[in-house]
Amino acid sequence: MTATTTISAIRLKTRATPEQRRATFIGIVMVLIAGFVARVFGFGVATGEKATFNLSLPGERVQDLSWEVDARLLALIAAAIIAFLGGFVLRRTHLRWTNLALAIGLGLFALAFLTWAAAGKSFSLVGMLRSTVILSVPVTLGALAGLTSERVAVINIAIEGQLLTAAFVGCIVGSAWGIWAGLFGALVAGALLGAVLAVLAIKFRIDQIIAGVVINMFALGLTSFLARRVLAASPDLNSPGRFSSLKIPVLGDIPVLGPMFFDHNILVYAAFLVVLALHFGLFYTRWGLRSRAVGEHPKAADTVGINVNRTRYRNTIYGGIIAGLGGAFLTLTQVSRFEENLTAGIGFIGLAAMIFGRWMPFGALGAGLVFGFARAIQQKLGILGTPIPSEFLSMAPYIVTIIVVAGVVGRSRPPAADGKPYIPE
Amino acid sequence: MTGLQLTGITKRFPGVLANDEVDLSVSAGEIVALLGENGAGKTTLMNILYGLYSPTSGQVLIDGEERHFTGPGDAIAAGIGMVHQHFMLVPVFTVAENVILGAEPTKSLGRLDHRKARQTVTDISARYRLDVDPDAIVENLPVGIQQRVEIIKVLAREARFLVLDEPTSVLTPAEVESFIEIVKGLKADGKGVVFISHKLGEALEIADRIVIMRRGKTVAEVKPSEVDEERLAELMVGRPVDLEVHKEPAQPGDVVLSVEDLVVLDHRNRRAVDGVTFQVRAGEIVGVAGVQGNGQTELVESITGLRPSLDGTVGILGADVTTLSPRQIHSRNVAHVPENRQESGLVLPFTVTENIILNSYYEPPISKGIQMDWGEAQKRAGRLVKEYDVRTPSPDVLVSTLSGGNQQKVIVAREVDRDVKLLVASQPTRGLDVGSIEYIHARIVEERDQGVAVLIVSSELEEVMALSDRILVMFEGKIVGEFDESATATEIGLAMLGEAGGDPA
Repeated sequence: MTATTTISAIRLKTRATPEQRRATFIGIVMVLIAGFVARVFGFGVATGEKATFNLSLPGERVQDLSWEVDARLLALIAAAIIAFLGGFVLRRTHLRWTNLALAIGLGLFALAFLTWAAAGKSFSLVGMLRSTVILSVPVTLGALAGLTSERVAVINIAIEGQLLTAAFVGCIVGSAWGIWAGLFGALVAGALLGAVLAVLAIKFRIDQIIAGVVINMFALGLTSFLARRVLAASPDLNSPGRFSSLKIPVLGDIPVLGPMFFDHNILVYAAFLVVLALHFGLFYTRWGLRSRAVGEHPKAADTVGINVNRTRYRNTIYGGIIAGLGGAFLTLTQVSRFEENLTAGIGFIGLAAMIFGRWMPFGALGAGLVFGFARAIQQKLGILGTPIPSEFLSMAPYIVTIIVVAGVVGRSRPPAADGKPYIPE
Repeated sequence: MTGLQLTGITKRFPGVLANDEVDLSVSAGEIVALLGENGAGKTTLMNILYGLYSPTSGQVLIDGEERHFTGPGDAIAAGIGMVHQHFMLVPVFTVAENVILGAEPTKSLGRLDHRKARQTVTDISARYRLDVDPDAIVENLPVGIQQRVEIIKVLAREARFLVLDEPTSVLTPAEVESFIEIVKGLKADGKGVVFISHKLGEALEIADRIVIMRRGKTVAEVKPSEVDEERLAELMVGRPVDLEVHKEPAQPGDVVLSVEDLVVLDHRNRRAVDGVTFQVRAGEIVGVAGVQGNGQTELVESITGLRPSLDGTVGILGADVTTLSPRQIHSRNVAHVPENRQESGLVLPFTVTENIILNSYYEPPISKGIQMDWGEAQKRAGRLVKEYDVRTPSPDVLVSTLSGGNQQKVIVAREVDRDVKLLVASQPTRGLDVGSIEYIHARIVEERDQGVAVLIVSSELEEVMALSDRILVMFEGKIVGEFDESATATEIGLAMLGEAGGDPA
């Protein structure tokens, strides 16, 4: 099936449901992507040129796993599948599958892109996937922080500020009293900023977006000032040490999956635990039922004797603690030092991941991994030396954010009372 | 003394005496109807009983013992259950989740005991023959069933006294009948029921006693056998009331509004209006009856240009207006009295004058180029306030300070005071007092007599029947029946449930 026949086959009706319009749009985009993949990634490399993907890292039990593939062939196959899926979406007969088709299509696009970039070279695929997981952690935690408070209808725009402050506090406290104290300090800092947001939003009923923005500005200003004054003057306060990797026996030795998921520092594991705990908590416990009721229909919750505002305070502070964990991850693991504006928008990307993940913990994780992947590609491609300017690659996570939040991935439904203060009669 | 008693309840808000020495009692196995117009103080009284307000003075007694409630939790614990007029159900939860919310059975680790929750619903449902599926998602259930969920919710908390706030206002006639059976079942089981209503017939049918409130006071307590509807209405309003709408037979002229195969999606992209065809002629009132949420809102929004349609056409005076903007449609002599007065009918923080010129500020004489002529605006407002009997201290007060009836008069005045060919009025008298209802109804009939085509949408069947020359019944987005003036409430009621009746249009 070629692009031209597919497009002419669509009945372009003037009035269609939004889902049908979306399917048409996505279908056309996929067909265009297929053409792009074939033209650039397929015919853009010399015939027979191979890309080599390394599937093991140095020091692993299983060594020298790799996968060699003909770059042009792979791209052409990927293009064919994407075009086929695009045609399927354009038929608009199975609208429910639109998202899945799009996801597969984008996955193939990413694969073809990597193959093209790695053509004639070898590339550590497993290294990139491992980076994906690590880079997804602060984004996922940011998203979880957001959904914990948004599930009770308090919008948390302040994730960025919470991450930044917690990272800063974690760094200083960690340098002074050790790494565990640093972790604790970061959690407390997150909780405090959560409490500030809660008071502004619940007690004073300030517009929650504005309250969040104010907290972000405050956090950025304060940490930058202190970093310049305190950290510059006493550099020993800016070396908190780091949580080292803790390889899980057996699981850590599985090829590919081992280094991806089971050989990390404890904060990475903690992030996964938070995902599990939040999912369990929200959907299987009394706390979750009440929280969701408060976010969906606070008055209904009130009339059955649930204290709406207390629930909101509590969850907003929990959200702050989760953001605190994300902040600790930023200064107490790989980087292990604080810099001005260290977060550089991770909190906002976390917000996008929350929406992309439809206010679900596992959705947040999935979205976090997508964003992590975008950032990992950006880092690794610098090494490969592709012809794409690095500035464009740095834009990748933000472009993904715009596309996601603009709803190309479909409308998701926030908690019904999201952002609305509860005023009993 | 057993039972629930409210004695000498007074509640004063700044500037308003909402309850003035009100007495009300209900004992086990008794149904008491509490009647009163909007603003008579019924809701305030019930909020006091439910712990949402604390009274300025007066006592709440249960079995002779005084109780103080600081919140709904206290009232629930004391055995009081409330079924609110606007359901207090979380739409995305299942029936069982809604029922257990706030009193959840749990296993270890705070895990919800879903099996027990389901069992509770099934048990109560069987005992009172409510027929509710514990695993259904509430937002997918019809309102009648949602109301049963509310009742189960109250019963699961072992309430001894149930307060039902305007329970029948959202139900179809057939649903009302089975609802009345349910209430009688509650009574037989020894529950005390307070039934708040403004529907006189129902109060007469099921109550053991009727308590009537007016302007914050209990003005009468009667036995159903001693009174009739006329007398009850008189007690409620404080003067003799004419419950009829007087009008001559219609003289239909040319077709003004013509809707063909119209399909409209709602905000969740379901086909709320699903292939509707009908016409409205000059000089006739066509009423659309139906349980709320069967596509009436979307139909009206689509006709008036507020919501795009998916398929079909809307024609006004022979011209296709399907894709025109609200203002373009408005300029074709269409008047629209919207469903939600305060949300889409008025700008509440604006004055009466500003609200009155909302549909004419952009053309002369009120607009002079880039400048407004406020003198002209005030002249128009002053004239309309007089002509349409809007009770306001001055046209310069905020419209939000007016009563519902006067707010509605502002809207009607604004919409109708020009050369109107088609009047579309949605829920024209919802929440209004009897006096305002009389006025608005008379005004609508007057418009008809001047040759205006009128489309009325109302979920109050009585209103549709009283006003309309022709009645269309909507069910699940389709017109399932068409009736003339001679149809009975039973026939129309059946059609509202989707059962066959009348001639499908």
